[in-house]
Amino acid sequence: MNNATENKPVIVLRDVEKSFGQVKVLHGVSFEVQRGQVTVLIGRSGSGKSTALRCIDRLETVNAGYIEVCGHVVTDPALELRKLRLDVGIVFQSYNLFPHLTIGQNIMLAPRSVKNLPKTETVELARACLEQVGLGDKFDAYPEQLSGGQQQRAAIARSLAMQPKVMLFDEVTSALDPELTGEVLKVIERLAAGGMTMVIVTHEMNFARRIADQLVFMHQGKIWEKGPGAILDAPQTPELQRFAAQEL
Amino acid sequence: MVSSFGTIHIQFLLEGAVWTIILSACAFIGGGVMGLIIALMRISPVWTVRTFAAAYIQLVQGIPLLVLMFTGFFGLPAIGVPVSPLMAATISMTVWVGAYLGEFWRGSLEAVPKSQWEAAECLALSRAQRMFKVIIPQAVRNATPGTVGFMVQIIKNTSLASAVSFVDLTRAGQLINNSIFEPFITFVAVAVIYFLLCFPLSVLSRRLERRMARGMAKA
Repeated sequence: MNNATENKPVIVLRDVEKSFGQVKVLHGVSFEVQRGQVTVLIGRSGSGKSTALRCIDRLETVNAGYIEVCGHVVTDPALELRKLRLDVGIVFQSYNLFPHLTIGQNIMLAPRSVKNLPKTETVELARACLEQVGLGDKFDAYPEQLSGGQQQRAAIARSLAMQPKVMLFDEVTSALDPELTGEVLKVIERLAAGGMTMVIVTHEMNFARRIADQLVFMHQGKIWEKGPGAILDAPQTPELQRFAAQEL
Repeated sequence: MVSSFGTIHIQFLLEGAVWTIILSACAFIGGGVMGLIIALMRISPVWTVRTFAAAYIQLVQGIPLLVLMFTGFFGLPAIGVPVSPLMAATISMTVWVGAYLGEFWRGSLEAVPKSQWEAAECLALSRAQRMFKVIIPQAVRNATPGTVGFMVQIIKNTSLASAVSFVDLTRAGQLINNSIFEPFITFVAVAVIYFLLCFPLSVLSRRLERRMARGMAKA
């Protein structure tokens, strides 16, 4: 790899605008994510942070602006979505494991059918990914037999098995009891330590401050501040000041 | 000499019942394939495909099954397609069952949460893979009780094939009555056999529904 590609940001959002009908939810959102960097989007419910994240994986189409991820121009209508999704993994608030498949089958499905990997290889891959999230013994369990925290970790393992270049996390602990939140956050922190490029939407402020290389504060569809975790301690705008006072 | 209703007539009715079962099976298999195609067309992203399937459903649901039977049995030979009574009845039932199961299964497919589609999409699965490996297996669970229940309708409606000289259970009853003229006992016997064919399916359908409701409560 030459220096030019190495220094190029992995994710670029430039002046992104998005409306749901009459309601404008993103007003000119711009930020960049470098390789190996962890970016955390914070803000109140309805601030547009989840929508911004979903735009990165083209789960929402934007009305204006430019998005590029791993060299794929996401805002190009002719983009081959499957190529984008091979490079991007996403984990949702509601886990979205497939209930009719075991955890092992959940993880092996995409590597087998999309990448055509041989069966033995995918079994090993699935076991390795489950080890990574601390669920080595749950290969044959069904999703409904696991706790919420375990299901969420299994969902992370399922994404990892596709060996994405970028991972997106959309409020992945919001549906969990507080005592189960920690085990999921620990898995994400281990991924960050391993150099995974990530964009995370979360309400866990201590976690956000700890893990973020770049913190992005959104309010009413706009970015008000971005910078290292320390921006929480010295807010420049009254919006972040109020938010930080409430959340911390 | 008019003989009274006896074993030989029961035997003839049971032979008719076998043909009723055969036609029901053909109708279910043919209609099932047709229904799956129609259901998939109904949720296609392509407007023309969707609309074509919707028009098919509306059209068939607006035509009495008996008229479909006549069209199959008298109409097809008239345009140069020779058909046996079984063939004509199977084709007509396939068209009819396909419309109803197609509409019902479309609902079952759409009842699978949108988040499952999204998760499958984000794993880079193709549309066909999403459909056959993620969505349809879950829709089958939703649709099973209702589909088993609909099989009762299929069995009962095969009786209309008696009007196109297919010797099913109903037609067998008519033939016996024509020869011995004992309509009450003959058609009560026919009714009992239909009931014995349909009742186990009704029970099964209700049991599946209850089991599903329990499964939902657990999850």
